[in-house]
Amino acid sequence: MEREHPTLSEAKTVISLRDLRVNYGETEILHGIQFDVKAGETVVILGGSGSGKSTLLRTLVGLEKPSSGEIWIYGQDIAAISEDELYEIRKKTGMSFQGSALFGSMTVGENVALPLREHTKLEDSTIEIMIRLKLEQVGLAGFEYHMPSQLSGGMKKRAAVARALAMDPEILFFDEPSAGLDPIIAAGIDQLILELKKAFGMTIIVVTHELASAFLIADRMVLIDKGNIVAIGTTEEMRASVQPRVRQFLDRVPEPDVEGELDYLQTLTQGYRRRG
Amino acid sequence: MAAENVMEVVSQLGAGVTDSLAYLGALATLGSRAAYYTFVGPFQGKPLRWHSAASQAMEVGVRALPILSLITFFIGLILALQSAYELSKLGAMTLVAKAVALSMSRELGPLITAIVVIGRSGSAFAAEIGTMRVSEEIDALEVMAINPVDFLVAPKFLAMIVMLPCLTIWANTMGILGGALFGVAQADFTLGRYIQASIESLYIRDILSGLIKSVMFGITITAVGCLEGLSTGGGAEQVGRSTTRAVVVSILLVVVVDLVFTGLFFFLGNR
Repeated sequence: MEREHPTLSEAKTVISLRDLRVNYGETEILHGIQFDVKAGETVVILGGSGSGKSTLLRTLVGLEKPSSGEIWIYGQDIAAISEDELYEIRKKTGMSFQGSALFGSMTVGENVALPLREHTKLEDSTIEIMIRLKLEQVGLAGFEYHMPSQLSGGMKKRAAVARALAMDPEILFFDEPSAGLDPIIAAGIDQLILELKKAFGMTIIVVTHELASAFLIADRMVLIDKGNIVAIGTTEEMRASVQPRVRQFLDRVPEPDVEGELDYLQTLTQGYRRRG
Repeated sequence: MAAENVMEVVSQLGAGVTDSLAYLGALATLGSRAAYYTFVGPFQGKPLRWHSAASQAMEVGVRALPILSLITFFIGLILALQSAYELSKLGAMTLVAKAVALSMSRELGPLITAIVVIGRSGSAFAAEIGTMRVSEEIDALEVMAINPVDFLVAPKFLAMIVMLPCLTIWANTMGILGGALFGVAQADFTLGRYIQASIESLYIRDILSGLIKSVMFGITITAVGCLEGLSTGGGAEQVGRSTTRAVVVSILLVVVVDLVFTGLFFFLGNR
């Protein structure tokens, strides 16, 4: 008999945040974030601009240091470990950046090969095969000798995903995967994320504000507002939520902010004065 | 009121001093980490990036030769003209060769080389790394478990500490040749005799002190250029700001380092 795939509730926890707080200078951006991510799960972190969702992701991968709290990844608190230990964990994770962050001075193939050249002792011929494989996975077969500047926005995103996949990571982070892409290309990226999840059972964490894409790819969602978690739940739970802040975000209701309007008028008149 | 103003000035002065010290500390940290990856790393299984260092050396060193040759040739010629102005009154025109050779190899050779390299490479380091910072490429390196100092700064560091002394030797030679043009045209030297006179007037320590300074300049320029690049804020205009700051701060610090080492050599030499 075929062994049954473990359901999510049985899967072990790979990422665990405990009362995570992050400061930029004096201001606290995240006020005690706390949730778990299980192996093989796709968690989408939703939130508006300035909600702190990007800061949360940057803290998760160790680019920002939390002011307090714990970030457990594979049983190690990455806020407390040494740089070398953090690098060891990072070899098991991959990240796709909002602006793709490909190295402009290298070809697409060299970009994908970089982590392999740095961290493995593989032969050049093996690396070449792996580059081709990874590029094929993201639908960019045959582009290894192109420079990143020759690619379109969507292709750059795919190349960045191929680079993130190079070390066969167990956890994949996406920062705004569909930002700046037209709806069709963005849907293609969503499809790619779904395929990765299905084919490799990767744990995937996505930060986005795109509702349609979030509902398509997520197993669970975390809605963040002003540095606090407003709601956590499956897509169904989120759809059914009656919490006003969740409804406002999901139904795309604009902020009823009188002060905001005054500010707006003020900036207009100030702009006028400056011009005059 | 006056007391408050005094306090204001004192506190601003204090803040300025603290900031400068913090900056110097950051420079020292970056410099020593680059030195670690260059000299210690290879013995701990982190091989040197020869390929990257060689292409940096090409960019920093070889490509600077034409402009450096031209500038130092002219500087040598200017030095000869200026010293001849005074020496001719004493009827000691034969000392022109000595004056040019000494001032080139002890001071102007290393300094002019450093300033040319700041303009060409210090600014380029800041712009390159700053652009990578803005486009999240530095973050991407970090996330791929590749240390940006190891990957980006160390090859530049190695290229600079090797190439600056080489460029300085070249600059000294070109300066002496510039002086020779005057010597042959106006001071009854033949080219051979001028060069002979130059070589005879130089002690090995004159050349060596210049070369030691040039290595220190190389470290300074790399550290400032890369630190400015790495600390670039968001946005393209910040890259421009970092580049400008890299040039200005490098020139200032190179002169300070020059003063410190010249003073050091002076007191050591006079003991």
